[in-house]
Amino acid sequence: MAIESAENASRPRRRADDSGSALPSAVRIGWSRVVPELKMFYRRPEQLALTFSMPAVICLLLGSIFSAKLPGTETSTGAVIAASMLAYGILSTSFINLGISIAADRETGALRRLRGTPATASSYFIGKIMLVAIASLAEAIILLLVGVLVFRLDLPTEVFGWFTLTWVFILGIISCSLLGIFVSNFAGNAVSAAVITNGPAVGLQFLSGTYVPLMVLPTWMLIAGSIFPVKWMAQGFRSVLLPAQMVLFEPAGSWEHWRTFLVLAAWSIGGLTACLYVFRWSDRS
Amino acid sequence: MTSAVTVRGLSKAYGRLHAVRDLDLEVGFGEIFAILGPNGAGKSTTIEILEGHRKRDAGQVRVLGEDPGTAGRSWRARIGIVLQETSDFGMLTVLETVRMFAKCYGDARVPEELLELVGLASSSGSKVRTLSGGQRRRLDVALGIIAEPELLFLDEPTTGFDPEARRQFWDLIRLLAGDGTTILLTTHYLEEAAALADRVAVIAGGRLAAVDSPARLTAHVNSAATVRWMEGDECHVEQTPHPTELIRQRSTEGAELAQLTVTRPTLEDAYLHLVGLV
Repeated sequence: MAIESAENASRPRRRADDSGSALPSAVRIGWSRVVPELKMFYRRPEQLALTFSMPAVICLLLGSIFSAKLPGTETSTGAVIAASMLAYGILSTSFINLGISIAADRETGALRRLRGTPATASSYFIGKIMLVAIASLAEAIILLLVGVLVFRLDLPTEVFGWFTLTWVFILGIISCSLLGIFVSNFAGNAVSAAVITNGPAVGLQFLSGTYVPLMVLPTWMLIAGSIFPVKWMAQGFRSVLLPAQMVLFEPAGSWEHWRTFLVLAAWSIGGLTACLYVFRWSDRS
Repeated sequence: MTSAVTVRGLSKAYGRLHAVRDLDLEVGFGEIFAILGPNGAGKSTTIEILEGHRKRDAGQVRVLGEDPGTAGRSWRARIGIVLQETSDFGMLTVLETVRMFAKCYGDARVPEELLELVGLASSSGSKVRTLSGGQRRRLDVALGIIAEPELLFLDEPTTGFDPEARRQFWDLIRLLAGDGTTILLTTHYLEEAAALADRVAVIAGGRLAAVDSPARLTAHVNSAATVRWMEGDECHVEQTPHPTELIRQRSTEGAELAQLTVTRPTLEDAYLHLVGLV
């Protein structure tokens, strides 16, 4: 069918330029991506198992090792770790999950394909953020169950406690998610993303009081850990899940709610700025 | 706006490598236009710039009247893109993937009908990662034409296909072109360009070597036909612009010319000549 040239081509299709007016909003496209994102997440059983079992298993192991009660209290070191471990759970479902999955979307061409449609970057991130929110909530419920049933943590009994738990949880998700998005830009593929997210994540557990209680850490580790959000998330969770008297075992001698809020907010704003600055749709320039 | 695609003086370099140099192209509405060239000739770089996936270093580019580097969402709703190689959405089913992309547009085809059109209806419940190469490509095309684009880009759409799958794929492309969709494809298969394209641009070393219809491109290079026949054990080969006359002369006594063949230069001959291999 070697047609001679273009002039005689049949019925060329042209559309009025206002066809864009009927486009769904970026937010609506984003919402339509939530269920597919969840399906892609839970259809990888190995990833699912790792994300949800690692923090719980580590919590059980460490809690069993540090079972002695702290002097003058009815609280074990294991309980302190269990309360702090929520921070690791969120880091795992936000930072690690996003860092790897965005690098994978870039590697497989999913992002480039989306870029060729009227979807925007915000549509894409709405899907991812909802995935992180739901996975983090599930993770938090698992870890709270372990904490309450095994380590006798007390869920907050007052509104203020739930309020604190909620904002630490939400700000923690936001700051860690943005860090994950940021880090994904430096990974060439999903495998290298796994390394550059899990590596720092494990290191941070030691600096942030989730693997080892803060009171046994040398000062330089305390200072290094204080730079990053995990330490503050863990501190916020301890403040509502442990008895009030446990504040004596905090290095600062206080729960430092304002400081926690400011540090997490600063990471969120800085993370957003960095992501807007460096986010790449593809590995091409 | 007279053309679907207009390119003037397009250049793109990766470091010291000049992938595309001073390229001009014009694709009319409703055309099937093929960019043909060996691997590394700059085909994909060119099409990716036209799709808005890559930045250019120099030149003017207009695709459906807009600059792909700055065009917005409504422009992307009017084009369809089939990328070179993808492995995304492996864990979703075919139907789930199509439905997800349908939601990106204001006006999209009905997913089930779309899968019928591209011949994937029987695989709609399969996970994308279980599809064969040909099926996967059909899904890529389905996602590319989901909003009935005015212009469809296909980057090496049949690489790795067996001949039967390739012919089926060509039928699908012709079907889309029959609806008036402008199609711009890259390929390194000559027979694909010859079978599908109204016009072919041959690119070599990032430069445009020639652009014309497959027939005229071939004629352009060499209009002589090659006549071959056997006399005893001897094989005769003659090149002539008048093969009928030659055969009449040779068989004046009514002699049968054994194993007579008359061949015209193929697009392949033209292509090899143009990319400087002959």
